[in-house]
This record gives sequence, structure tokens and C-alpha cells, in this order.
Amino acid sequence: MKAPLVLGFGLVIAIAGGLAACGKKPQKADDSAKSAYISTYAVPVSGKVLIRGATVLTGIDTKLDDTDVLLADGKIAEIGKGLSADGATVVDGKGRWLTPGIIDIHSHLGVYASPGVWATSDGNEATSPTTPEVWAEHSIWPQDPGFAFARAGGVTSMEILPGSGNLIGGRGVIVKNVPATSYQQMLFPEAKRSLKMACGENPKRVYGEGQHRAPSTNMGNVAGYRAAFAKAAAYRLKWDAWNKDKKGAAPDRDLGLDTLADVLRGNITVQMHCYRADQMVTMLDVAKEFGFKIAAFHHAVEAYKIADVLADTQTCAAMWADWWGFKLEAWDGIRENIAIVDAAKSKAGPSCAIVHSDDPNGIQRLNQEAAKAMAAGRRAGLDITPEHAMSWLSANPAKALGILDKTGTIEKHKQADVVLWSGDPFSVYTRADLVWIDGALRYDRANPATQQDSDYMLGADVDEAAAPAGDHP
Amino acid sequence: MKRLPFAVALMLLFGSFTSHAQVIAIKDAEVRTMARAGIYSSATVLIRDGRIEAIGPNIAVPANAKVIDGKGKILTPGIFAAETDLGLKEIDGVEETNDVTSEQPRYSAALDVSDALNPRSIVIPVNRIEGITTAVTAPGSTKGGSLIAGQGAIISLAGALASDDEPFVIRPRAAMYASLGEFGASISGGSRPAAMAKLREAFEEAKSGGLRLASSLSHESQLSPLDIAALRPVLAGETPLVMHVNRASDIRAAIKLTDDYGIHLIITGAGEAWLVAKELAEHQVSVLFNPTEDLPAQFETLHVRQDAAEILLKAGVQFAFIGGGEGGPRNLRQVAGIAASWGLSKDIALAAITLYPAEIFGLAETRGGIEPGKVADLVLWDGDPLELGTSATQVWIGGIAMPMVSRQTLLRDKYLKRLKDKKND
Repeated sequence: MKAPLVLGFGLVIAIAGGLAACGKKPQKADDSAKSAYISTYAVPVSGKVLIRGATVLTGIDTKLDDTDVLLADGKIAEIGKGLSADGATVVDGKGRWLTPGIIDIHSHLGVYASPGVWATSDGNEATSPTTPEVWAEHSIWPQDPGFAFARAGGVTSMEILPGSGNLIGGRGVIVKNVPATSYQQMLFPEAKRSLKMACGENPKRVYGEGQHRAPSTNMGNVAGYRAAFAKAAAYRLKWDAWNKDKKGAAPDRDLGLDTLADVLRGNITVQMHCYRADQMVTMLDVAKEFGFKIAAFHHAVEAYKIADVLADTQTCAAMWADWWGFKLEAWDGIRENIAIVDAAKSKAGPSCAIVHSDDPNGIQRLNQEAAKAMAAGRRAGLDITPEHAMSWLSANPAKALGILDKTGTIEKHKQADVVLWSGDPFSVYTRADLVWIDGALRYDRANPATQQDSDYMLGADVDEAAAPAGDHP
Repeated sequence: MKRLPFAVALMLLFGSFTSHAQVIAIKDAEVRTMARAGIYSSATVLIRDGRIEAIGPNIAVPANAKVIDGKGKILTPGIFAAETDLGLKEIDGVEETNDVTSEQPRYSAALDVSDALNPRSIVIPVNRIEGITTAVTAPGSTKGGSLIAGQGAIISLAGALASDDEPFVIRPRAAMYASLGEFGASISGGSRPAAMAKLREAFEEAKSGGLRLASSLSHESQLSPLDIAALRPVLAGETPLVMHVNRASDIRAAIKLTDDYGIHLIITGAGEAWLVAKELAEHQVSVLFNPTEDLPAQFETLHVRQDAAEILLKAGVQFAFIGGGEGGPRNLRQVAGIAASWGLSKDIALAAITLYPAEIFGLAETRGGIEPGKVADLVLWDGDPLELGTSATQVWIGGIAMPMVSRQTLLRDKYLKRLKDKKND
């Protein structure tokens, strides 16, 4: 984040990179795109907050009992015992648990908004199997009431992705889960965009079965990714060569290849929807052929079958706790998937298990999904502590999204994205009491005014306000 | 030589597994009876011939009883899943295995899921080992299908292990299913009034024994003679009609419609039921709903609220929880736990997945509670049954101890072993 600019009216505005690019000549094919579509996320000025005496799960495998955490200037300022701070709002954390804000790496909020009607169905550009030119953010409807429901579940950031109907579905984007009237006001400052790709049944069903065109098979799927990246590799070379001295006319611009070339340059992360173990291994080969990195497999229902491969290649897997069986590629889902992926050991580095939702109801209770996964792992003899399971909800998704240096753990200088829970977040009875995003209180369970900001919900309860529940004409 | 009757031969072969002659004593567990006796902090439950014989802190255990140590554990009735497709579908996306909906409009009310139920469904043990013992299996409505979806059945999750006394299909044709609201409108030409008119026409036709209304004589009949036969017990108030409906005004319309014909109405979906709680109570309409479906996901659920269960309870409306999402009915206890996190008492939340669904479907005399005479559908838990870290350590259905194995546990064991073998390399 750049140094905050104080713009008056009590707002400190943090501007994501982009201003610096103004006035300069385009350096790369899509530099003009990089100076537009930038974050205008404004962090409200909020005083210091001192949370006293909570049980703190840091997200880095530690649990600190009876600990104080100080939030100041949008950051985590201090962690310790007996902290004090002049003028800080003191919050009693006794009996409550403080965790990093939950990061959902797989959400379609805003692109498949509530109410689920034709007009809000904006997640799959199902007119071609390869659409790297579309950006999920251009479909986000910030008035989706689901954002507030997710906030009540402690979700402070999320990656919003296109759907999985296409082989290459388009760009995904990371947002802070704050009320907004434009998506730009939610954009996570200085975060990479991502590329959504999809394996398996969805693309071959949508195109082969639905439209009688390629791909209609798994081998057709793989040919589709390879053809796209072969083009992108050539496009990238052309542009990189021209960018060196800018002699002659610039090559023709192709929006889709801009995206794929930036994947090859490492500027865009790859988020890959795959269920089956064999298909994930094939995609690792496709990535190897073209020299890009798959940050995470999403859904990854059979990840437990290749837990060692995922650890060896340092590929994350974002999974549900127990979804299974709704299609053949989900038939082998087991409750222990997350725990087994987590348990894999490799010399290459730690494993990277993530709990994701892909669902506007599931995103409200990701802590419970982690709890179920932890319980299943323990039953299977794997030793998993709550402080470790917390990493599935915050640190690991942050890592897969490339924002772990900014958020995802309770450590000094990180963004103050934290949740104070009514108790152990892995209990079904626990609720998020208070949610701070960049140090600003964005949800207070005791204050209805903080709970739903969607214009869509306005006016729904005009009559209820006038008569008590269950007593309407 | 006189041949042994086949059934007797089978009993000799498998007698030790399926015989009810065995007496089981579950000792020293905390027992949540969901019945008049309430909660015993420690009691013995005696099972004989598949039924609960006695319960109490000082029950004498017969010498021949198989004794189960329940110390430190919690015994509850089995979970009764009030709306599922268990036994009717293996995989949603694999048409060949999915018999939930029919796009064949020739029949509607006549469709009877018990014609298709598969006791060897792979999905049954997956849910069974997590404490589901009884399920209502319902047909679904679909685009191109009929407004009246057909008849559901109540099954025992003993599946292929069910006995003759406590069979797999506990009650075929247990309820009729239909839809109103947004979906009902969409398959009736696009309007709510059209859906209502279609249902009314069907009821009139069935009532008059197949003589179509004069006004509809110019139309093709919606109903076959089999449909009409299937609707008769519904119109006699003997078989309940489960109506999928969400918006308060649609619920009110469903109450009015069924009242006109003396139909026993149960509503499902029921997103806005709390708004009409008083009328539901007055008309003794029971409600099936998923309290975790808390989003205004459709226009017809704009007023859904998380504490609806508490409002229904206070108004005297009978309800049961359904749902579980893509994880399946095994997640019902989480659903109940979430309702408790929104203010419902834990006892009521547990009742909403055990006793209440049994009552709603008229099976409470034999199921839904731990009382002498009731079927021994029981679950022994290693902790609070609604809590996420808890698991079922043993499930009994009709007094038979179920193997605590499913295709999923086999997959788990296979790949865990590989991971461990690799570590030891």
C-alpha cells in the first residue's frame, strides 16, 4: 500500500498502485488497463482498538491465551500481555477468541448475486470455452446482500472468480469485504489478479453436450488450454521484444492474450478448478510445458490421493469439508481430504490446505467447515490443533493469493483484519461478535446498523417494522 | 430330502448378523430420550427384538445381553431426515443413477418413489455412519415435469441390512409432493394463478372420480386414472400433501387451497413461514425448512430470517429441519446446531431432527424417541450430538448394530495407508 493520502472529511484514502503510472508512456501491452480499474478502497479513519485478554489464534500455528492485541492506523500494532494505549477503545476479549479475518479464496458473491435470477447470473461467459479477456470484477454487483452475510461470518477478504463453465474463464480479483457502491471501492490494494481455469466435466458438458462444439472430452479440454497458452507464449515474445526498444508499430493488442501473457510473466496467479487427482496431475504438466505456476487447485475433491505431489510441487488445494457426490468427478470425496492434504510432508516446503466455500451460504460458516475437517482428521489419527487449522482459513489462502505479506495472520504490521468470536471458532454455537477490516469496525453483532448495507434489502421490512413478528394481516 | 426353505437357510447363514434375538444393553450413557423421561445423566437402555425394552438408571441387565459401555458418551434417538433423495439417487449429475425427477408429464401423482428405491445405495452408509437412521425420500419437481411430483416414502437407513420386522421401506406412499410459488408458476406457464388453477383442477377431477369438470372438458385431462387413485387418500386427508412454497402470500394461498379440500398440508422450503406463523398454527400446518438457508436468494425468500425457528416455536407451529447441502443429510445435526447458535434451545434443535419429523410424518409411536416399545434406532455419540467435533461411535437401526464403514471410510483408509507408507520410505 502506498502512503495514505489524507483527503479530508475524516477519510484516509489508501490508493492502490496506479497513480504512479499516470503520465508515463505505456510500458507493456496492458499498462493502460493497469492505470484504470484500480482500487479506490477507502479505509475509514478509526481510533486505536485494544482487544484485551482474548484467546488469540495467530494463523501461524500459535495459540496465545489471555493476550492483548492493539490495532492502530489500520495495522496490528502490538501483541502481548498487559498492553495499554492512550485513547484506545478497549474491547473485553475475556472468554472470546480473536483470529485473523477469514479469507475465502473461492467466492462468486456479486457475480452470482442474490436474488438468483437471470439478471444476476453474471459468472460464466459461456459463449466460448476460452475467455481470458473477461474479468470477474466487471460483473461484480456490490449490492449483493451476500457480502454482509459473509462479513457476519468473519470473512474480511475474498477472491471473486468467474464460474467454471469455461476452460479459461477469465480474471478473478481479490476484494476486501467492505460495503461499496463500486467494485473499485472493494479492490484489495496492490494484489495480483488471478486467472480462473477449469478441468473436467463442466467445460465438456457446457460445450460438448450443450453446444456441440469443442471441448467434448477431457482430452479436448487439455488441447484447449495448450492451444491458448501456445498462442500466449508467441504473443508474449512479440510484445516483450517490441517493449525493449519500441521500434516500429506496436503489435496488435489482444485482451485475452494480455491476460495469458501476464500469467506467463508471473504477474497473474492461476486458480484452477479440478476435482480428480489424475486431472490435477495432468494440469501440473500443462503448467510445466508453458512455464507457469498453478497457485491452487480449487475443489480438489481427490487431492488426498495426490497429497504428496501437491506438497512436492508446492501447490495449494482449496477444498470443501464434506461436499461430495453431486457429479461423478466428486464421487470420491471424503471428509478427511483437507486433513490428509495438510498432513503431507515434503522437502520442498510445507503443505498448503485451504478451506473454501464456492457458496454464499458456506462462506458464512467457513470456520465450521474447518472444524469438521479438523474433527475428521483427528478421528483418522492426524494430530491437528485449532491453531494449526486456523491457517486453512487465513494464512494459506493469503499465500495462494500472494497477499500473505499484507494480511492473513495476526502479526505486527499486518493489516488489521481480525475477528473477535463469541468463543471457540470451531464450535457450532460460536458466532462472530466483531469484525475489523483494516482496523475499522465493519460488523458488530450487537449493532444492527452495521449488519446489512445492501440497497436491495432496503424497504423489505417496512411492514414488519410496523407490526410484531407473526402477527400480520 | 426335504429342502430347507430359502429364507431359513439365509437366517442360518447370516443369523448372527441380522437376528433380533440378541439382547443389547447400552450402559452408563447420558440418554437424551426426546420423550417424557427427558434426559438421564446416566442410564441403561435395554434392547430386545429390535425394540427398546427398558430404560433407566437401575435396569437389570440379562446375562445373555451384549453389553455396550456408554460411559462418557451420549445416546440419542437416530436422526430422522425429513426430506432427502436417499435411495433414489446416487449421483446428481449421472442421469442413469438419478430417479428424483421425471420430465414425463403423462403421470404425476401416480409416481411412487418406492418403485425405484435402492437399499444398496452407496450414499446410504455414508449418511448412516453419521447417525441418520430414518429418511423421507421425496420425488422432485423439474422443468418440463408435473406440478404434482408424486409420492414419497419413508425408509430405514439399515438399507440392505434391514430385517423383515423393520424393513427398508418403512412406509411407501407416505406423502404427496407438489410445488407452488416461483417454481410452481414456472412449470405452469409462468404464473402463480395458473399453478393454483392447475392444482384446483386436479383436485376437482380426483374428487369427482375422474369425471372432468365441465369447464375443462375441452382440455386434455392432466390426470391418468392412476393419478386420480393416488390423489384420493390425499383428498381424504389420510396422506399428507407436502407443498414446496416460500413466500408468505403463497403459503397463505396453499393453506386456503388445501383447506377447501380437507387436505392435510405440510409445507417445505417455507422461507417466509415465520410471517404467517399464526395461521400455520391455527390450521395445524407443519413446516419443513432449512434454517441455514438464510439469504434472500430468491424474490420469494426476501423476508427469510435466521431466528425463524424460535418464532415458529413460540407461535405453536410444528417444524422439522431439512437440508445439509452438498455434504448431504449427515450435516443435519450441524444445521440444528446453527439454529441453536441463533437462539433456539439445544433440546428443541435436536428434537427438530429426531422427534418432530417423526411426529410430522405420523411415525412418533415407533420412532423419534427412546422409550419402551419404540424401534431401537439409536446413536451413541462421543460428545454433544450437535457439536462439530463430535462423531457417532455406534449406530443401531431396528436394534441391529450397523457396520461403521462406508465407501468413504474405505477410500480414506486406502489413501491414508499410502501416505503413511510413503513417510516410512
